[in-house]
Amino acid sequence: MSNVLIYVEAENGAAKKSSLEAVSYGAAVAEMLGGKAVAVAAADLSADHAGELAKFGADKVLHFGGTVNQSSEIAELVAAAAQQENAAVVVTAKSINADGAVPMIGVKLKASVATNVTALPDLSNGFVVTRAAYTGKAITQVSLHSNVKVLSIKKNASGTKEYNKPLAVESFNANISASKITVKEVKKQTGEILLPEADIVVSAGRGLKGPENWGMIEELAKTLGAATACSKPVSDMDWRPHHEHVGQTGIKVSPNLYFAIGISGAIQHLAGVNSSKVIVVINKDPEAPFFKSADYGIVGDAFEVVPKLNEALKAAL
Amino acid sequence: MKILTCISHVPDTNAKIPFKDGQPDLNGISFVIAPYDDFALARAVELRDQTKGKLTVLNVGLADTEPTIRKALAIGADDAIRVNAHPHDAFYVASQIAAIAKQENYDLILMGRESSDFNGGQVHGMVAEMLGLPCVVPCMKLDLNGNVAVMQREIEGGKEIVEVALPFVAGCQEPIAEWKIPNMRGIMSAKTKPLKVVEPVAVENYTRIIKYEMPPQRSSVKMIDKDNIGELVRLLREEAKVL
Ligand SMILES: Cc1cc2nc3c(=O)[nH]c(=O)nc-3n(C[C@H](O)[C@H](O)[C@H](O)COP(=O)(O)OP(=O)(O)OC[C@H]3O[C@@H](n4cnc5c(N)ncnc54)[C@H](O)[C@@H]3O)c2cc1C
Ligand SMILES: Nc1ncnc2c1ncn2[C@@H]1O[C@H](COP(=O)(O)O)[C@@H](O)[C@H]1O
Repeated sequence: MSNVLIYVEAENGAAKKSSLEAVSYGAAVAEMLGGKAVAVAAADLSADHAGELAKFGADKVLHFGGTVNQSSEIAELVAAAAQQENAAVVVTAKSINADGAVPMIGVKLKASVATNVTALPDLSNGFVVTRAAYTGKAITQVSLHSNVKVLSIKKNASGTKEYNKPLAVESFNANISASKITVKEVKKQTGEILLPEADIVVSAGRGLKGPENWGMIEELAKTLGAATACSKPVSDMDWRPHHEHVGQTGIKVSPNLYFAIGISGAIQHLAGVNSSKVIVVINKDPEAPFFKSADYGIVGDAFEVVPKLNEALKAAL
Repeated sequence: MKILTCISHVPDTNAKIPFKDGQPDLNGISFVIAPYDDFALARAVELRDQTKGKLTVLNVGLADTEPTIRKALAIGADDAIRVNAHPHDAFYVASQIAAIAKQENYDLILMGRESSDFNGGQVHGMVAEMLGLPCVVPCMKLDLNGNVAVMQREIEGGKEIVEVALPFVAGCQEPIAEWKIPNMRGIMSAKTKPLKVVEPVAVENYTRIIKYEMPPQRSSVKMIDKDNIGELVRLLREEAKVL
């Protein structure tokens, strides 16, 4: 029993980038264990796109014909696939629905569970994973010792890798009981880059003074192909929607590049962003605490710096 | 209506936590109800008032968590249960909560979206699975309409409205309710509200924490003059290689 099962989520028919990372992560673990990397996806992944998973390291794709929307449905699908494939390890990328499914999968498979995993496991002495804890103030090493392990990985835990594996898509059937939760309405902004998936995030805080000033933030994000985010007071005051709020009580992101504009850098804000690879801080106060947690800093008025930065980026990119 | 709220006892979010010999050094750090759990508790108090029901708070922890439990009683819970055990991991905690919930048949079990020490986001889903109940996470609004709850749930890039019949488990976050601060009367009455201590059920350990460390520190910040923005773009491309 050394196979790895990876749950793949899709958006507009294609696998999400975070799920492709999960496939590469799972393929690397399968190599360490000497097993196969098997991906499982539901009908949200279109048949045309299913084969692409081989490029990221899947030896096989189990394609389920139905849809799974609620966490309990994902959990049943993944547990059934894990049992069929005799999986020793189950991997998923962090996402709201997958996060809900992970603990259920853990109970179903009597597995050890680790969420927020930030690196490949260490198999030199058992099965040890590194994960974030104390809301980003610590990393911890946890030994998982039941037969099956369920991991949810953070963005940038291993990155993607290109493989040259043959394409093998199999259809997969599972009995999924309908969720007791009825979805009445979905209000979703389409076309925007989703914050948890984004490689670059442009975030702004109370320093921007009011919602009417977000135009320059959106333009900068557009130039960079970035998602927009904000601090908690900004979403509390309804300047920006709640799903943009990052930090201790909001979304935790780990993009390659995080711009913090007019954000002071309170410890609860840092909790959601300090695992970003590179942090750029723009603040008019040279004493703003955020500079201590930044890689690059500019002291200046956002209303002057942001438009100039946007022009410079447009010229360069 | 019987409501259960599960709270974790965590270091104050403003605290800097030092690590010594691979363990957090929590000496002198004050402890609080975890922020998300505080949202769950605040909404639970409101729903208890609306339905004239009963609200129990539950914590799995050793005796040092009692001041935090008393704070939840001061905020408005009617009684409390402490399972007398170190919260080994999410599976352990969930097994304790499920064991109690099986006997008590709560109509509603509210938790936080995640604790701020383990940050697992797991206990609610595990409890729901163990009890065969639906689980709604993250829950941003919760209103009762008789036996059915109408909830707003966060999804990537937006929100959805869902309905589910009682009983169920939810993991809560803002803006479900405003954090409540205990008043003098609450603090006085909390001293005499029942706090029952029960012994844990035996549970197998599936995980073991080997050590904690500080996350890797950033090297010191490079400051760029605001009149030389091109330099930032150059550094992001050539040095940091993120553009
Ligand atoms: C339990 C708890 C949980 C919390 N969770 C979160 C969370 O999840 N996320 C979060 O963000 N916060 C959270 N907070 C709040 C946090 O403590 C801070 O209050 C918050 O992050 C401050 O937001 P801000 O930086 O936008 O505003 P401020 O602290 O007001 O900072 C504004 C900054 O803008 C700068 N500025 C002003 N004008 C300009 C200008 N023209 N150009 C450039 N810069 C300018 C100022 O110098 C200042 O540094 C939490 C707090 C608690 C107690
Ligand atoms: N020791 C504990 N006692 C009671 N409830 C807990 C405990 N730990 C976690 N919880 C609850 O479970 C939720 C999720 O916790 P976690 O899985 O640790 O992120 C928390 O927000 C609490 O509501």
